[in-house]
Amino acid sequence: MIVATLLPFAIGAFTLALLLNLYRLLRGPGLADRILALDTLYINSLALLILVGIRFDTAVFFEAALVIAALGFVGTVALSKFVVRGDIVE
Amino acid sequence: MQLPVLLDVVLAVLLVVGAAFSLIGSWGLAKLGDFFKRLHGPTKASTLGVGCVLIASMLYFTFRADSSGVSLHELLITLFVFLTAPISAHLLVKAALVLDPGARPPPPAEGGGTTEA
Repeated sequence: MIVATLLPFAIGAFTLALLLNLYRLLRGPGLADRILALDTLYINSLALLILVGIRFDTAVFFEAALVIAALGFVGTVALSKFVVRGDIVE
Repeated sequence: MQLPVLLDVVLAVLLVVGAAFSLIGSWGLAKLGDFFKRLHGPTKASTLGVGCVLIASMLYFTFRADSSGVSLHELLITLFVFLTAPISAHLLVKAALVLDPGARPPPPAEGGGTTEA
């Protein structure tokens, strides 16, 4: 029963991490900082979804986490390529 | 949640380590002073934290009371995150160097690898 008492604290830690990422996303002086903050934001929200899935004992959140993992990576690559090349699909 | 004691302890350790690493990575992202310093936090610490959480989820859904066999879904996300994190970090560094060419360090001196005074 350690896990049941520990899970809210782990969820709180990930929420705090999301808030720190949001601070960097809103403040970050450069464009690269904002892309990096978005990248970290999607990875942390993925982990948060997995934790909520353990907490409520369901596997429905898993598919959402998988979709976030795939689309988040595509988003980071698209933003970076747009910055480097000025165009996404050449 | 009816779990064996050993599994409970292992899950608790994995959750604490994962949450701590992710929090430290995000704190580094918010606190460090330069983009290239900030890149260290998310790409290393947060990836490890997410990996720990995903392993914990894998163990939990494999050994819970009414589980239907081994749960290997999470391995998919783990593999994906561990494969894509270095790629996105590399692309981000390239983007940052395009935005600020002055941040590129000077090339090494001619002569290849000899130490200079």
